[in-house]
Amino acid sequence: MPMKTIKQKHSLAMRWTHWVNFPILTIMIWSGMLIYWANDTYTFGLFGHTFFRFFPKWFNDAFNIPGRLAEGMAFHFLFMWFFTINGIVYILYTIFSGEWRELVPKRNSFKEAWQVLLHDLHIRKIAPPQKKYNAAQRIAYTAIIIMGIGSVITGLAIYKPVQFNTITWLCGGYHAARIEHFVLTIGYVFFFIIHVVQVVIAGWRNFQSVITGFEVVNDNPKPVIKPAADEK
Amino acid sequence: MKNSKLKKVKKPLTIEQQINRRTFISFGTFTVLSGVAYGGWSWLKNSPKEIRTATAGAKAPLRRALNKTELFFRNFFSNNHLVKTYPKERAAKVVRYNSGIGLKSMIDVEDWQLQVKKQSGEVLNITLDQIKALPKTELIFDFKCVEGWNQISHWGGVKFSDFITHFNLTDQAKLDYVGLATPDKKYYVGIDMPSAMHPQTLLAYEMNDKPLIPKHGEPLRLIIPVKYGIKNLKRIGSMAFSNQRPPDYWAEKGYDYYSGL
Repeated sequence: MPMKTIKQKHSLAMRWTHWVNFPILTIMIWSGMLIYWANDTYTFGLFGHTFFRFFPKWFNDAFNIPGRLAEGMAFHFLFMWFFTINGIVYILYTIFSGEWRELVPKRNSFKEAWQVLLHDLHIRKIAPPQKKYNAAQRIAYTAIIIMGIGSVITGLAIYKPVQFNTITWLCGGYHAARIEHFVLTIGYVFFFIIHVVQVVIAGWRNFQSVITGFEVVNDNPKPVIKPAADEK
Repeated sequence: MKNSKLKKVKKPLTIEQQINRRTFISFGTFTVLSGVAYGGWSWLKNSPKEIRTATAGAKAPLRRALNKTELFFRNFFSNNHLVKTYPKERAAKVVRYNSGIGLKSMIDVEDWQLQVKKQSGEVLNITLDQIKALPKTELIFDFKCVEGWNQISHWGGVKFSDFITHFNLTDQAKLDYVGLATPDKKYYVGIDMPSAMHPQTLLAYEMNDKPLIPKHGEPLRLIIPVKYGIKNLKRIGSMAFSNQRPPDYWAEKGYDYYSGL
């Protein structure tokens, strides 16, 4: 009979801030879209050709976006507090607990992340070695925190461009700060899609650990070789 | 269940029991907290509109949050924080026109006078020539609309603070707010006094070196770079001072009263 053991994986602070962030970020993106609608001028194009307009009418109608600027601002300027505070709690925790060591990319992470990608796409058979997080995860989970900080900074640059004119200047001006704030949001959406796909692929056992904090490990006498990239 | 008897003995839990126990507690907590979060969200979404005061149209808790957030960010306000200014060439030749609320009625610009109502009830009537006699200040800055667009524009006029000093309104400027309204009273704004007295706040009568045109607020308008465009009232008819928030057109439609930049 295999011996089961409890392997501690995710701290309570990580699980707490992760799940608090999820609905808050959703509300921030939604209320941000209510605000953006009032002057929806951004398009995605190359060489003078417009490929996509943010956002098409069907999209706005589907999410009941139009004509709610004041409401969007009111929600946005309340939930910005929770988003920021939750982010600060997470960052302080990661620093003081030492967990940042598992998260910050190492020198070889960028090379290894490429191998992770090839493995995930079933191009490369052998998964690169990993501890808690693989190289691609280190990059992704650090990048998302930098993006979060970027959202707060560009947000402040837009919110109080006169009082915080230094921040606005750092962002390249008011107009640039708005675009950066928007691009970061699109980035969250892409992160979310990839994140969810990876979590689904990694399976229930991995997902569960972000709620319970532990994984059950079967210490079989016979060593089993299997791909290790199941921890997202 | 036989557990009740065994509990007293405090037999250590097996691995299997530990797993089940911890999984149950975690998922239980997760479910309860999800429910609480959802309940909180429903409460907020279904919360009643605020009671109409100088502000209206927002959900009551959201209005409270806007007002609290205003108090926090007012701590960062300073007369030393100036809006960035630009060279004249950068100013738009065609200045964006967004709204004509309060400009629909006909007025005789020749007869126009600014009506200044003191708190005592005393009223001053000030002509455009009297205002133009004061030192002119020019400002080329990035005008910001609450909708999200911005445009560099060029304005000329009298500093609001110079106007206050010249017409002996210093005691009035000790009050918390100034309210401005169009002659037909269809558009009105309330401005907190620190923002009004900011060195870049102008009573403007020129745009691109020419007298204001009707749709940009002829003969006199407010240019206040520390606020969104919604507070930059065109065609000022009257001015009043108060310790209470004066009525504000867009704050009555759910927008933040402060709307400060």
